[in-house]
Amino acid sequence: MSAMLQLDNVTSAYGAVEALRGVSVEVNKGEIVTLIGANGAGKSTLLMTIFGSPRARAGRVLFEGRDITAMPLHEIARAGIAQAPEGRRIFPRMSVRENLLMGAQAFGVDPGPGLEQAFTLFPRLKERETQRGGTLSGGEQQMLAIGRALMSRPRLLLLDEPSLGLAPLVVRGIFSAIRTLNEQTGLTVLLVEQNANQALRLAHRAYVLVTGRITLEGTGAELLARPEIRDAYLGTH
Amino acid sequence: MAYALQQLINGVALGMIYGLIAVGYTMVYGIIGMINFAHGDIFMVGAFVSLISFVLLSTGGWAAGPGAVLLVLLISMAITALYGWSVERIAYRPLRGSFRLAPLISAIGMSIVLQNFVQVSQGARAKPIEPVIRGSVELWHGNGFSVSVSTMQIVIVVVTLAVLAVFTWLVTSTKLGRAMRACEQDRKMAGLLGIDTDRTISITFVIGAALAAVAGTLYLLRYGLADFFMGFIVGVKAFTAAVLGGVGSLPGALLGGLLIGLIETLWSAYAGQDMFLLRELNPAYKDVAAFAILIATLIFLPSGLLGRAEVEKV
Repeated sequence: MSAMLQLDNVTSAYGAVEALRGVSVEVNKGEIVTLIGANGAGKSTLLMTIFGSPRARAGRVLFEGRDITAMPLHEIARAGIAQAPEGRRIFPRMSVRENLLMGAQAFGVDPGPGLEQAFTLFPRLKERETQRGGTLSGGEQQMLAIGRALMSRPRLLLLDEPSLGLAPLVVRGIFSAIRTLNEQTGLTVLLVEQNANQALRLAHRAYVLVTGRITLEGTGAELLARPEIRDAYLGTH
Repeated sequence: MAYALQQLINGVALGMIYGLIAVGYTMVYGIIGMINFAHGDIFMVGAFVSLISFVLLSTGGWAAGPGAVLLVLLISMAITALYGWSVERIAYRPLRGSFRLAPLISAIGMSIVLQNFVQVSQGARAKPIEPVIRGSVELWHGNGFSVSVSTMQIVIVVVTLAVLAVFTWLVTSTKLGRAMRACEQDRKMAGLLGIDTDRTISITFVIGAALAAVAGTLYLLRYGLADFFMGFIVGVKAFTAAVLGGVGSLPGALLGGLLIGLIETLWSAYAGQDMFLLRELNPAYKDVAAFAILIATLIFLPSGLLGRAEVEKV
């Protein structure tokens, strides 16, 4: 069976700065795959390159067998990929409810089930339903970003550092929501994280990205056990 | 007192027209962060399309009555919207992602193109039309002075408020409006959610141009003249209104329009009168007054009266 998402030797750059140098990554249906790496390794660039922004300079991006490398941003989204991006990018002057509705409206799907899912997964969002996005706390914004991404009923969810800047308890809540989603709905997830410890525990498979290149790959448990990973990303336990 | 009231009425009617145009400036600024300097000329095109439509209808023998005015308004909105769409398509979209000044320079170029196009195709002289809407209502009479509202002024106020009500509903309560607001707040994110942002931007230009066409039609009916250069001065005043109200704020655009209309009208009415310091002022300087406001706003209140002062968490 071919992979749901396949990055095939992708090179990507901002201006003259090469951020990805021949990266190949596969995500299979139903998997949680994590991509760990230090600041500036190219993790966010990889997620945005899937959306063609920036466009891959070389290599191909395939989604469900379709070549999406050159597709416009909004069409890639409509193909069934959603993203909770770096910085969460909540619409600050829209209510929580409107933010969620934005996630569905370009897809012609009934927003009802998505709203229900978001409110069940994150009851806090229900309490804040009419509040403006810009006034939410960081954790609430992250919940909203994930809830909004799910509104279009995507088959693949890209998550960019959902734990960034959040308290450990909040992070645990968000990671357990991701696990629940994956187990109950079979949602495929590509998770980018600096918080390697928790990400590797959550993921089925993982890649390590170092200055634009994949240096290691394996199951989450395998990578957790490797000494060089422990030294570089997990601190010394 | 009666005189003041009369001037207030005149000022409000003029301000409504500025407000309609200012909304177009502020919408485009909100969504792509540029001042569309060709917008005043879009207003001028709207006035000309109406003028031509009135002439055609009157040669057909039915230029009178509210039906004809409404028909002309709709024709003008449709054709001017097409101009607005084309301007964005030709002059701004290819420059998206270019350096920040590029579309601004292109906008000035587009303004010159529209003016020259109309000058060549319609002639350089001001074109008059017969008054279409006549009559007035006397509100108050006494002391040899009366206060009256012309039917035209009533039409201006009613049409503007109706158009802006529909527009407000569109922006706040429809999917299209939500997409426009999303593009304004974070265009990249809107794209990640599957919104065709280029299309949303096009629609913004179409709506802005249609509003300018309403303003152009009302202006033509009120003053009875159209010329190829009329969009410049009116456009700069509407731009001033948008800045005064707070660029990016839709209610601010109408508020700014009303204030500029009132200031201009009151200046012409009172400057040079034999009272206090007013006798030192020259009524001919009404435009100077409007632009002094622009400069003062930019220096002392750059975010305008209703501009954003909200603190956003990151």
